[in-house]
Amino acid sequence: MSAVIEVERGAVALAGRPILRDVDLTVRPGEVVALLGANGSGKSTLVKAIVGLLPLSAGEVRLFGTPIGRFDDWGHLGYVPQRSTIAQGVPATVREVVAAGRLARRRPFRPASATDRRAVRDALEAVGLADRAHHQVSTLSGGQQQRVLMARTLAGRPDLLVLDEPNAGVDLVSQEAIAQTLADRARAGTTIVVVLHELGPFEPLIQRTVVMREGRVAYDGAPTSLEAAHDPHCEPTEPALRVPPMSGLLGEDH
Amino acid sequence: MLDFLSQPFMVRALLAAAVTGLATPAVGTFLVQRRLSLMGDGIGHISVTGVALGLLTGASPTLTAVVVAIVGAVAIELIRSSGRASGDVALALIFYGGLAGGLLLVSIGGNGVATLQTYLFGSILSISVGDVWASVALAGAVIGLCLALLPQLFSVSNDEEFAQTSGLSVRTYNVLISVLAAVSVSVAMRTVGLLLVSALLVIPVATAQQFARGFRATMLWAMVAGMLASVAGVVTSWYADVPPGSSIVLIALLGFTITAPIGILLQRRRLARVPFEMAEPPDEHTVEEAHGHLHGPGCGHVAIEHGDHVDYIHDGHRHAVHGGHYDEH
Repeated sequence: MSAVIEVERGAVALAGRPILRDVDLTVRPGEVVALLGANGSGKSTLVKAIVGLLPLSAGEVRLFGTPIGRFDDWGHLGYVPQRSTIAQGVPATVREVVAAGRLARRRPFRPASATDRRAVRDALEAVGLADRAHHQVSTLSGGQQQRVLMARTLAGRPDLLVLDEPNAGVDLVSQEAIAQTLADRARAGTTIVVVLHELGPFEPLIQRTVVMREGRVAYDGAPTSLEAAHDPHCEPTEPALRVPPMSGLLGEDH
Repeated sequence: MLDFLSQPFMVRALLAAAVTGLATPAVGTFLVQRRLSLMGDGIGHISVTGVALGLLTGASPTLTAVVVAIVGAVAIELIRSSGRASGDVALALIFYGGLAGGLLLVSIGGNGVATLQTYLFGSILSISVGDVWASVALAGAVIGLCLALLPQLFSVSNDEEFAQTSGLSVRTYNVLISVLAAVSVSVAMRTVGLLLVSALLVIPVATAQQFARGFRATMLWAMVAGMLASVAGVVTSWYADVPPGSSIVLIALLGFTITAPIGILLQRRRLARVPFEMAEPPDEHTVEEAHGHLHGPGCGHVAIEHGDHVDYIHDGHRHAVHGGHYDEH
């Protein structure tokens, strides 16, 4: 079977400033890849280019063998953004947000089918929020909101999961719930690419790490921590206190 | 008591007000979610040119207003989504260009600003049978599309990037919301007038989101609130002899003022009801022995909130007060 993700000499420039340069990355079916790197190393930019949210200034991205510009099999792709606007503005229930994950597989003007409703229910159960389905999203904790984002993507039953820092600003309980859900998906054969600041509870399921530095791939191989990849910009993390990282401390990653 | 119902013009006015009040907040819900609450105001300004074109050419001002409003709304959306830093300045240019152009066209046509006044402030009491049917048809189309495409429009307004990765044409749906907003502005032009139209798009939504928990629920309650305010406003204008536009908007605001305190209370209760999650209940009960130190605020140990109590970091492990001793966590 061909590669799920292929990035060939990919480059991205934002407002004329090069962010990614000459990136080559191939992810094969069933692989679980962690994308590591210091803030500003380009890891978030790379995943956004992979899912088609940022245009390439050079090179090519192919998903399931199709160039991203012509890709239309969106039901196969599941993207979990780092921060989201789901809790802003008009109130929305957990269920309504998660149901949006079915739209890649639904046609306009058609009501939700029994399959759609079951997929939403299953996704909520997978992240342990089935009892919160009718709660207002903005009343949930940051970690629970991250799990809502995860459930929304899982509801589409994708073959490829691309997650952007799912444990940033998330309490330990939710980090472990998310890691557990990902482990279940990996066992089921889902290809996973996850941007991480540190491996943390995700460590057991990672098969390969790609370390980004200054917009290039600096390391690609067996699982390693950031420090082991000799990243001069990375400060060692403090393992003594297992206090969950607070949002904002990690900063925005572009 | 209900003597106003014997007046045909009042029946027409009430019908037009009811459908306007139902349709406008439906679109308004998406505008509020997308932080475009004032877009209705902008479309209203542009519609002045549309009305003026109608008065000048002898065509129906409502029809020309719909067409110009749609063109203007799509232009606003395209400028906004192109993401230029000067986007809001460009919008201001369109708004005031529309308003000034309208005033100019009206004076060229020799109609005077007095004619324009019925469109600026509404003229629901003089609405014709044909206008009522046009309002019902347009409002029906707006409501139908808002409800039928609710999942897609919700996704695009709620999280644009995610919607894009689920294959939705974000631009198409955003333009659709703009077109729906333009149509509802033109419908509401007869009821509350172009200057107050934004109120009917936004205030019922602000009211409904005080107590509704979901997006769909907010939208439906906003439609109910909009309809009640519109009908009550027309009735009030009959008894108090005030312009219907002002009574409708003031009653809508009254509804918001009444629900706002309820909303604050509800929100507090909902937040309080959500429990703090723990990995697993601390089942192992390890009592720290012979602990001479009393932990408390400012005791020198790092304090961490843990569910219903506070733990203190002590030589690399955590202490929690339990009765007269400390538990290891």
